[in-house]
Amino acid sequence: MEKVIEVQHLNKSFGAHEVLKDIDFSVHKGEVVSIIGSSGSGKSTLLRCINLLEKPGGGQIMFHGENILDDRHDIFAYRQKLGMVFQQFNLFENHNVLKNCVVGQIKVLKRTKEEAEKVAMKYLKVVGMDKYIYAKPKQLSGGQKQRVAIARALSMEPDVMLFDEPTSALDPEMVGEVLKVMRELAEIGLTMLIVTHEMEFAREVSDRVVFMDKGVIAEEGSPEQIFNHPQQERTKEFLKRTLSL
Amino acid sequence: MSFEWIVRIVSENWPMFLRGAGMTLFIALIGTVIGAVIGLMAGVIRTIPMPERGPKKLVLKIINIILSIYIEFFRGTPMIVQAMVIYYGSALAFNIDMNVMLAAVIVVSINTGAYMAEIVRGGIVSIDKGQYEAAQAIGMNHFQTMTNVVLPQVIRNILPATGNQFVINIKDTSVLNVISVSELYFLTKSVAGNNFRYFESFFVACMIYFVMTFAVTRILLYFERKLDGPDNYTVLNEELEPKKI
Ligand SMILES: Nc1ncnc2c1ncn2[C@@H]1O[C@H](COP(=O)(O)OP(=O)(O)OP(=O)(O)O)[C@@H](O)[C@H]1O
Ligand SMILES: [Mg+2]
Repeated sequence: MEKVIEVQHLNKSFGAHEVLKDIDFSVHKGEVVSIIGSSGSGKSTLLRCINLLEKPGGGQIMFHGENILDDRHDIFAYRQKLGMVFQQFNLFENHNVLKNCVVGQIKVLKRTKEEAEKVAMKYLKVVGMDKYIYAKPKQLSGGQKQRVAIARALSMEPDVMLFDEPTSALDPEMVGEVLKVMRELAEIGLTMLIVTHEMEFAREVSDRVVFMDKGVIAEEGSPEQIFNHPQQERTKEFLKRTLSL
Repeated sequence: MSFEWIVRIVSENWPMFLRGAGMTLFIALIGTVIGAVIGLMAGVIRTIPMPERGPKKLVLKIINIILSIYIEFFRGTPMIVQAMVIYYGSALAFNIDMNVMLAAVIVVSINTGAYMAEIVRGGIVSIDKGQYEAAQAIGMNHFQTMTNVVLPQVIRNILPATGNQFVINIKDTSVLNVISVSELYFLTKSVAGNNFRYFESFFVACMIYFVMTFAVTRILLYFERKLDGPDNYTVLNEELEPKKI
């Protein structure tokens, strides 16, 4: 199947601290890939390098076969094609729910207001937030904010959705509503790359699971392989630690 | 008796006081507005992420240095001296007899701009980085991010500081009498010079200054509340089609 993102020999350091070391992996069209691993292993950094919120130190990031680290590549055009969902939601505080989903479409994709609102309503319905279009972010609960953030990203109709621990900042009772939305997206066949600590969820929705440890990909495979028959010692250790919690 | 004198001074000279007050308010208002715009532009430029290399970096660096000099210089010298330098300096340098009004507006504007630049920068930095990143992630450039997401919030946040600057400007335009701008202080001086009633004349001026600053403070407070919008939102129910906003 067609590769949407292919990361080759990716490196990233903060000062002398090497956070990502020679990362190689890819995401295929329609695939759901989960990245798991302990805190500080570089999961967020990898995601942020992929959409260039961090500048990679070396290596290549291929998007539909084109190296986007090439100087000539238009990073703004590239970013439109990636949807990003952050742990802290990062909704635009000055806009209401609808406007959050509309502003990018109008300013970046140059859609008309009517068109943009139609698209926004469609995805707000998907995440179940279509009744709250006039609410400001500070008037919403964490789970509602995150669902709006997902709708905002979907409204740009990206090729891939990147999720960086979308449920980690939520109260336990709100985790479910966000995971439910993400499950539905997985079922529609959306291409997704998800950093998560929700092991049950990763096992259920993923086509492939990537285990990261200290800046390298220690092991990757099907959920069945990673969760039931891990090969590496450190994968086993990590799973024992997290699943026993 | 002073009180009778005050009544007499007001009834004989009220057009003069009114003209002076109008001029003071006009210069302070225009100066604050232009100054705020200068401050916003300077603030936006000073927060552009520094490119890593190339000619753009050099240009940005030079602009930043010029802005720093401007800000430090105008904050570090008294406005009364700036007025003299600009008014007589322009006559000397360009051989033009600058209109005193124009000189007055220029002095107040660039003086305010220097203060506002720092306030705006603080305001931009205080907007949490997540919103900036979210805007970048949907493909907005620095300018789009600023105008659609960051600045609307910054403007709301710096409104109290701008109002404060307006009040300061109403009071500080009095120093412009050194270049014979016919603002309130200057005209009061001429009223007092005619009737030799210094206390009573300046007491009237004092009251007028106070009424102006007090009214401005109240009006701005009202606008701030208005801008914050309602505390509640309505959840749309099933039958209701979402209205256009
Ligand atoms: N901006 C930065 N400057 C310096 N070091 C950083 C920066 N961002 C991340 N790091 C470091 O890089 C390492 C990897 O961080 P990263 O956030 O990618 O980990 P993570 O796997 O996402 O962890 P978590 O599960 O806690 O989110 C950490 O040691 C962190 O301290
Ligand atoms: Mg992280």
